[in-house]
Amino acid sequence: MTAVPDIEFRGVTKRYGSVTAVSGIDLAIPPSAFVALLGPSGCGKTTCLRMIGGFEQPSEGAVFIRGRDMAGTPPYRRPVNMVFQQYALFPHLDVEDNISYGLRQARPRLSTREITSRAGEALAMVRLAGYGRRKIHELSGGQQQRVALARALVNKPAVLLLDEPLAALDKKLRTDMQIELQNLQREIGITFVLVTHDQEEALSMSDFVCVMNGGRIVQLGQPSEIYDEPADLFVADFVGKTNLLSGKVAGRSGDLVDVALANGTVIAARRRVPLSQGDTVSVSLRPEMLSLGPPGNGSLRGIVRNRIFLGSTAEYAIEVQGIGSLLAKADHQIGQGNLFKPGEPVAIGFAAGAPLAFPQPKNNGTNQRENQHVEIIS
Amino acid sequence: MHGNRFRHNLLTALLLGPATAWLVVFLVLPFIAITVFSVGERAPEGGYQAAFTLAQYANLPARATAFWNTMVLAPAGALACLLVAYPVAYYLALRAPERWRLILLALVVIPFWTSLLMRTYAWMYVLGGRGIPALLAYVGIEDIRLINTPGAVLLGIVYGYLPLMILPIYVSLERLDRRLLEASADLGATPVSTFLGVTLRLSLPGVMTGFSLVMILLLGEYLIPTLLGGGKVFFIGNALVDLFLQSRNWPFGSAIAITLVLVSVVVLIAANRISTRLSGARRVDLI
Repeated sequence: MTAVPDIEFRGVTKRYGSVTAVSGIDLAIPPSAFVALLGPSGCGKTTCLRMIGGFEQPSEGAVFIRGRDMAGTPPYRRPVNMVFQQYALFPHLDVEDNISYGLRQARPRLSTREITSRAGEALAMVRLAGYGRRKIHELSGGQQQRVALARALVNKPAVLLLDEPLAALDKKLRTDMQIELQNLQREIGITFVLVTHDQEEALSMSDFVCVMNGGRIVQLGQPSEIYDEPADLFVADFVGKTNLLSGKVAGRSGDLVDVALANGTVIAARRRVPLSQGDTVSVSLRPEMLSLGPPGNGSLRGIVRNRIFLGSTAEYAIEVQGIGSLLAKADHQIGQGNLFKPGEPVAIGFAAGAPLAFPQPKNNGTNQRENQHVEIIS
Repeated sequence: MHGNRFRHNLLTALLLGPATAWLVVFLVLPFIAITVFSVGERAPEGGYQAAFTLAQYANLPARATAFWNTMVLAPAGALACLLVAYPVAYYLALRAPERWRLILLALVVIPFWTSLLMRTYAWMYVLGGRGIPALLAYVGIEDIRLINTPGAVLLGIVYGYLPLMILPIYVSLERLDRRLLEASADLGATPVSTFLGVTLRLSLPGVMTGFSLVMILLLGEYLIPTLLGGGKVFFIGNALVDLFLQSRNWPFGSAIAITLVLVSVVVLIAANRISTRLSGARRVDLI
């Protein structure tokens, strides 16, 4: 038995004049999931969200909500609600009237008592009890954010859409809201679809991340999958920090390929697509995969240029001859004295197969993000 | 420190000087003069004679018709203007294609560049015996009288003051955050509910600005009633001209003028209060 997906895109393409914003998207979002649409600006993620909300109509294909084709259904008849970027709260209404706005639109009409009690519950849910009669402009950014959440959730939507909801908040508040949103989603149990360009936010909050680029879905998977097994060079580079080293395939050893780096060092790397000898590749090496040690053992040698001590970890910029600067991240144990100083020579080690090799895009480097066209993996 | 402050104050005084002088000479002094006149008496040969009496104010009912016409036709004219202007402003701000907007706005404003006198004269001919009534007679509808009626005055008012109503409403609709309209739709509001609950409410400051602007100008209107009302639809403005220039009863004219100013101020304050409360704005720029 397969449950009807809450949201389903079938062959959805959206064009604005000659510009294609979204092209041929197939996506099914299972019930009660927290899904993030992640990508750089202009990748089509917001257009997708607006097509669910009904503010844009697909040029081709169809969007289904709980199995119903939404073609021709205006926003006010869709069982979804949105938290808008910068919230779009009504400035002429107070907090409570903003929250009860949707309830007042319900036909048949709800009783005043029900409206008041549900608005009260929604206020309490976002921890704003007692703020009902405040004006919108009297609230802080974080409070406005919570009013926008309550205003959407009070209508008990099938799906909650969130358009960059945390972008306007400062870092501390953003972290708090990330946790609060996760808790809310688990409590209410409805599907949340979050649009964000912040990969950390996408990884930390969602059950599934849908990475988009150039109007297409590049990868759909759990956060750990996206991070550990990026589908292509774009995802590897966009999600999390990584070192990208270019090299040539020198041979194969079992499942791994041997890649000769620019300085002649040969490393064993995993791959996501078939590679043959002589192919130019980029190898992704996450900073935390690198281990540093005294010179002598390890596959690469370099000199520490900078050290950023972060408490539990330290980040190093290490100059490797013939390759350039590598970012390494090392755990710090109290009293171990395992910190390296700038100018110190170090050996860099990593587990065989930790690096991931990707074929390098044909047009050399500069605008690889825009020109990656990778088939959907879902 | 001290000299600096002095220089600063001097600069402020210099910058504000011309405007202040202008206001004092052309607004404050005449206003004081008229206030003084209004409690005086008419000199035997006309003009003003010093006295202190409220007789002129007691005599206001003698011009009740002019007051009545003004008090009915000014709000009615402003309202008619509003009803015509709102859809135009709405279309311009929210529906018109971007590249046409400027041209359409220009079309609204351009008639303003010709004199109101000329345009009103044109209406005199259009509405007069050889205008529309002659056309109607041609198709068999006889004895239609258009000129010199309250209807003709109302038409002239709407025609003459339309741009003054359209522009402030256009500005407030243009500033409207479109995402609020989307949010309203998202929350289940039909287009009609969204219009009433969001668009109209948030454009009220513009509506009130346009309304009070037109209303205040209409309270002192002289030209349109003269030309299109033919002396039959008499406004306060006409009464003032008559009193100052014909019968030379300056004190009575002054009393009427003062009353007019007070009414205008009350209208302004009321409009400001209403729009501030309804639109939830913190402050409203009236003009």
